[in-house]
Amino acid sequence: MEPKKKKSKLMWWSVPLIAVLALTFYGCPSQQNLSGSSDAAQKVYVAPGEHDEYYGMFSGGYSGQLPVYGLPSGRHLYTVPVFTQSATNGYGYNEETRPMLMTTHGYVPWDDAHHPEGSQTDGELDGRWVFMNANNTPRIARIDLTNFQTAEIIEIPNSAGNHASSFVTVNTEYVSAATRFSIPMDEDLENMDVPISSYAENFKGTISFIKVGDEGEMSVDFQILVPGFNYDLSHAGKGPSEDWAFFTSYNSEEAHTLLERNASRNDKDFIAAINWRKAADLVADGAGEDIPGEHYRNYMDHDQQLAKSELIETVRVLDPAEHPGIIYYLPTPKSPHGVDVDPTGQYIVAGGKLSSVLPVHSFEKIQQAIENEDYEGEIDGIPVLNYNSIVQAEVENAGIGTLHTEFDGNGYAYTTAFISSEIVKWSLETFEVVDRIDTYYSPGHLMIPGGDTRNPDGKYLVALNKITKDRYLPTGPELFHSAQLIDISGDKMELLLDFPTDGEPHYAQGIRADLIVDNQIRFYELEGNNHPDAVKTESEARVERDGNDVHVYMTSIRSHFTPDNIEGVKVGDNVYFHLTNIEQDWDVPHGFAVMGAQTSELLVMPGETRTLVWKPKKVGVYPFYCTDFCSALHQEMQGYVRVSPEDSDVEISYRTGTEG
Amino acid sequence: MKTKERVLMAVAALLLGLVFMFPIWTIDMDAPQYPEGIGMEISINKIEGKSKNDLQNINGLNHYIGMKEINPDSIPELKIMPWIFAFLIASGLGIAIWGNRTALLIWIILFILLAIAGLVDFYLWSYDYGHNLSEDAAIKVPGMTYQPPIIGTKELLNITASSWPGIGFYISLVSMGLASYAFWSSK
Repeated sequence: MEPKKKKSKLMWWSVPLIAVLALTFYGCPSQQNLSGSSDAAQKVYVAPGEHDEYYGMFSGGYSGQLPVYGLPSGRHLYTVPVFTQSATNGYGYNEETRPMLMTTHGYVPWDDAHHPEGSQTDGELDGRWVFMNANNTPRIARIDLTNFQTAEIIEIPNSAGNHASSFVTVNTEYVSAATRFSIPMDEDLENMDVPISSYAENFKGTISFIKVGDEGEMSVDFQILVPGFNYDLSHAGKGPSEDWAFFTSYNSEEAHTLLERNASRNDKDFIAAINWRKAADLVADGAGEDIPGEHYRNYMDHDQQLAKSELIETVRVLDPAEHPGIIYYLPTPKSPHGVDVDPTGQYIVAGGKLSSVLPVHSFEKIQQAIENEDYEGEIDGIPVLNYNSIVQAEVENAGIGTLHTEFDGNGYAYTTAFISSEIVKWSLETFEVVDRIDTYYSPGHLMIPGGDTRNPDGKYLVALNKITKDRYLPTGPELFHSAQLIDISGDKMELLLDFPTDGEPHYAQGIRADLIVDNQIRFYELEGNNHPDAVKTESEARVERDGNDVHVYMTSIRSHFTPDNIEGVKVGDNVYFHLTNIEQDWDVPHGFAVMGAQTSELLVMPGETRTLVWKPKKVGVYPFYCTDFCSALHQEMQGYVRVSPEDSDVEISYRTGTEG
Repeated sequence: MKTKERVLMAVAALLLGLVFMFPIWTIDMDAPQYPEGIGMEISINKIEGKSKNDLQNINGLNHYIGMKEINPDSIPELKIMPWIFAFLIASGLGIAIWGNRTALLIWIILFILLAIAGLVDFYLWSYDYGHNLSEDAAIKVPGMTYQPPIIGTKELLNITASSWPGIGFYISLVSMGLASYAFWSSK
């Protein structure tokens, strides 16, 4: 069968004009067509005390965190600190969690998080973990959904701009990572001191497969060395294609300056189709080369309740030229962005960012083309398949600036169009557009709960917009991004709700609440707390001097600290407040802050131990207090530390409830 | 006493074995901050929270009003009561074998007296906890005492305390009833 190739009605030169027109018209809310807003209100109304149907895990983008929303209400439930320090609870500030942000570049307190992806079993969300990538300093985090805390962060060596990440294979065997910004690499894939203009000669990329163990522990299993294009997005296959993973790339021009023009020249760039199963089997049989590739793996030791860092020295690398059959290039029009695999695993949809059509590749045809060696060329030993042999259809009128596609499990696909600011619904049977709806404004990703899995819940769709403008009460020049919840249960899409989202959400995951709620930890068992500095009863609380270090082993319970009067600290000391919250009840955190501390507070959950380091610089008596309104006598939950001169002979002493 | 009555009496005595497994009294506390409730279960040999940490959390709340810590180890009755029930079971079985109606009557009266004594004792303990408050208490409401009712519901500041017999108590009632029926039937 010949692929559908109809002539586009839209001329390329008209794109900027339409974009301008679109933004002009869409700027006026009065023109929005809200069919029966009371009906819409009912559909998103979650009564006080009732719970939402889905957890919405939205990436925080440049916040580096994982904000969590309830759907369909759009209520902001929590924000999981992931790649960025969080002064709210001390993540990345306190001694226990600082190791989580360790990298080979040193301590990195921020990142740009793009693509949360839920763990899967049999191609369906299982509610165990969410993975999320850091784009700037390449890393992947694993968030534990029993406590909504970051459990692990692994650094990706030999990479830069980890954008095509962190997408999982059908049974969470692997999580993906790839190089968005290719960099010069020598034989050991070390970054090089070379002229930037030597791009074509020296710059390379890697596509990495991070193995996920039974307990979620991550390790870089292997990297595939690839030409220096910009690897952009990814999705693993499913069903017939489940042994494969797909990575879009742009900049096949290998431009290194003014990419907006220079990387937009070629008619086609590539999707890299990787047989990860075959590559993994090869690696298991000893294929590839171990090269130096220092990277950190930081993980939460659940027994001791503190994060630990380990430096891993090497990484296994496969050169595709030496291992034919592990990677093929699928030519795809004009700097494709998203790559999305339909629930049957048969179709691979590319967001043709600068294309007037939306190309859909057929996995079956790809397999045939590989079998027939139907190649149109080869790049660095990677066969390039013949476009006409693999494309199933080109969806027409799918909007302008198509980026990402999700699926409803009922035979339809939904694609965001950034420039024309809309979501377009099209049929996976006829490859024709059947419905479209405006979004406000310019959607990037979209999310249907389970919409990238084998079994989507085709009820709601969330548009994650990049431009906010007039949607909410203005907050100066800087605005939260805007999300729109759209009902997709009927033939026509219907806009239900508009809600602002923290940071700059890119991708998101919608996970059925019942997969998560039953596994929730309400507090940590004190008897399971094996933190080396924990004190589990008030009678064990104490203060000890060790040279210039003073260790305060402190407890908190409503509504006092033990000890709460401390003397004998001197200017120049490092005072470690090891605070154990000895409450054993749900939702009774205690905070801790001391005047002049050059770090954030501690927020300590029941049964947990956290450490704040304080370096007093001036003589005096310093108050400390509980920062969380824990109880009726919260205001009384305070204490004092006396700081004496460096040469003072005041001995360490401490007490609670008795006169000194 | 015929075989039927003896069997009934044996059952009445053996039933009391179950009292070791179920609480005889429960105190439930409702407060806005505890949407799922918090409570205590009083058994013949122990006092436990309804959920794992309830007792600790009840003590945590009580310290604000200056109530003594409820510490099961400091309540001698919890060590004596199991022996009393063991005695009732053993003597009940003995009477079932012996078949003496007078002895059965004494057993029933003794059981009832012990039950009343138990309730009085429970009242005295709860009176002590509810009235004997520390002078240093953070929260002092003039005239306010915190004795939960023996049976029924009472508002104690923000907490609605409900006190009701537990399964163990009803088992005792059934045992008492069976024994009384055995006594009546053997007339």
